[in-house]
Amino acid sequence: MTETSKPAAGKGAVARFLESDIYASFRSSPLAMAAAVIVLAMFVGAVLATLIAPYDPFDPAKVFLSDASLPPRWQDGGDPRFFLGTDDQGRDMFSAILYGLQVSLMVGGLGVALAALIGITLGLVAGYVGGRTDALIMRVADVQLTFPAILIALLIDGVVHSVFKGISRETSAIPVLVVSIGLSFWVQYARTVRSSTFVEKGKDYVSAARLVGLPAPVIMWRHVLPNVLGPVLIILTINLGLAVITEATLSFLGVGLPPTEPSLGTLIAIGNQYLFSGEWWIVAFPGATLAILVLSVNLLGDWLRDALNPKLR
Amino acid sequence: MLAFIIRRMMQSAGVLLAVTLIAFVMFRFVGDPVNQMVGIDTPQAEVAKIRESLGLNDPVIVQYGRFVWKALHFEFGISYQFRQPVTKLLAERMPATLELAFTAAGFALVVGILMGVYSALRRDSVVAKVFEAVSLVGVSLPTFLIGILLIYLFAVILGWLPSNGRGQVVRIGSWWTTGFLTSSGLRSLILPAITLGLFQMTLIMRLVRAEMLEVLRTDYIKFARARGLTARAINFGHALKNTLIPVITIAGLQLGSIIAFAIITETVFNWPGMGILFLQAVQNVDIPIMAAYLVMIGLIFVVINLVVDLLYGLVDPRLRMTMRR
Repeated sequence: MTETSKPAAGKGAVARFLESDIYASFRSSPLAMAAAVIVLAMFVGAVLATLIAPYDPFDPAKVFLSDASLPPRWQDGGDPRFFLGTDDQGRDMFSAILYGLQVSLMVGGLGVALAALIGITLGLVAGYVGGRTDALIMRVADVQLTFPAILIALLIDGVVHSVFKGISRETSAIPVLVVSIGLSFWVQYARTVRSSTFVEKGKDYVSAARLVGLPAPVIMWRHVLPNVLGPVLIILTINLGLAVITEATLSFLGVGLPPTEPSLGTLIAIGNQYLFSGEWWIVAFPGATLAILVLSVNLLGDWLRDALNPKLR
Repeated sequence: MLAFIIRRMMQSAGVLLAVTLIAFVMFRFVGDPVNQMVGIDTPQAEVAKIRESLGLNDPVIVQYGRFVWKALHFEFGISYQFRQPVTKLLAERMPATLELAFTAAGFALVVGILMGVYSALRRDSVVAKVFEAVSLVGVSLPTFLIGILLIYLFAVILGWLPSNGRGQVVRIGSWWTTGFLTSSGLRSLILPAITLGLFQMTLIMRLVRAEMLEVLRTDYIKFARARGLTARAINFGHALKNTLIPVITIAGLQLGSIIAFAIITETVFNWPGMGILFLQAVQNVDIPIMAAYLVMIGLIFVVINLVVDLLYGLVDPRLRMTMRR
């Protein structure tokens, strides 16, 4: 993960990264390494879900009700074909989790990317232009900051679905979720980028760029932006965990992804109905996957914050 | 000071106006309110009459003014789903949510402060390490997963506590119902309150620990030690007291998000509060309830923010100086 975030500087980039302080601190933190391995494994599993998964859990021709509610393999009555058991419709849990992970990570990742895009743009403009524009953007941010993201996401979800009534939940769920997450998480980026842009604006290289006659947008994107991205990287990591939680929560509440295209949250919501009948595996495995994913991402974020910013310790 | 209070209240009024504007836009332009009230076979003349009687033909600015005026009187019209006044629906469910939220906040505050103080004073002990691990897990586990976990442990496996509803409630006055007075009500409250308060508890614990460590390093604590004061007097009389200002601020601000996050906890535990009502409204596009809930939450947040800011000024004289400016 960290490799891709470093600016690629030709051939020596990997070698330089291996000698850097960040890599040294990474090697000396077993917790961060374990978290990175888990996150990486989950990413790979999610991306390759269609190849790795032993079954296609959403192909009605291959799912049989006679296989429904089988416990995991190591329990009495477990079927060797289904390692983690099956759900109420006979779908292989392991395959369903891989597919769910794919959806969860995609929605979370796109949502965070959208939030960062909105936040960075508005933060740059607010910090660079200043004056009324700045005041307006920051007031909106203040108002939004007083409301929890999940509430804003719920509202956006409700409004969008009522405006576009004709579209079914199946097709609209993912874009709506991405927009909801994007619009509820942008404030933090905007604030951070704005305050560092304020500092950068006064530096000589910006004055020089201005003197050469570069237009403001070019100065903002090409010259100021690379210098304010450090803290954004940390927020990005921590927000990925939050976004995955937000998506899972919305899906659990029944306003996110439908059962026909389940994310981890939808799987947990389905499994929750079987908690009392003793079929614990339908909820436990998606739940554990979600918890371990978010925990690992948070551990990575914590470590990254300490590594990039030793003063914060 | 007075100028600060006035300026601060103007700001709050501005925020509230923005919130009502969003609520109004939702109410007026997301789905036609008349369409929701009439059937398909209602004659056009009838529809036009309803439209006129609701004032939907007036200029938008007049309609917005009327919306704000009604909102000031807590009037939000009739729910599309229940065909009942929104205010009545919300009032019925408010006690459940408020009791849950305050219990959760109390739990978070007390347990969070105790854990925070302990892990600051015994920084290297095993228990402190356990607390830290718990706090990391508490931040990483989504609320609904914590709820499911608690239900599975204490309701399904052990069978100690109920997992759904409020238990038996007692009516107080004309509309308040409380679960505090019956044993089934209290038992029903335990699991949801822990679920809802856990995140805030870990937040407060981390904050108290960090603040305590900071304060314990200061000169006046060193001086108090040199004077030979007992450890108890130093830790609780001087150190803890000075950490409490930011803690109370954060706790106050968190109360608003506890009420909002109650949506999730109420769903998991089938708790008959405002959160479930709002969620149903979102699912069924019941705009009047959504608008009313939005305005109400906005009001709660703004009032809490205002009170916390003003209290801050009263408690800390240094801030009062900068306010005067």
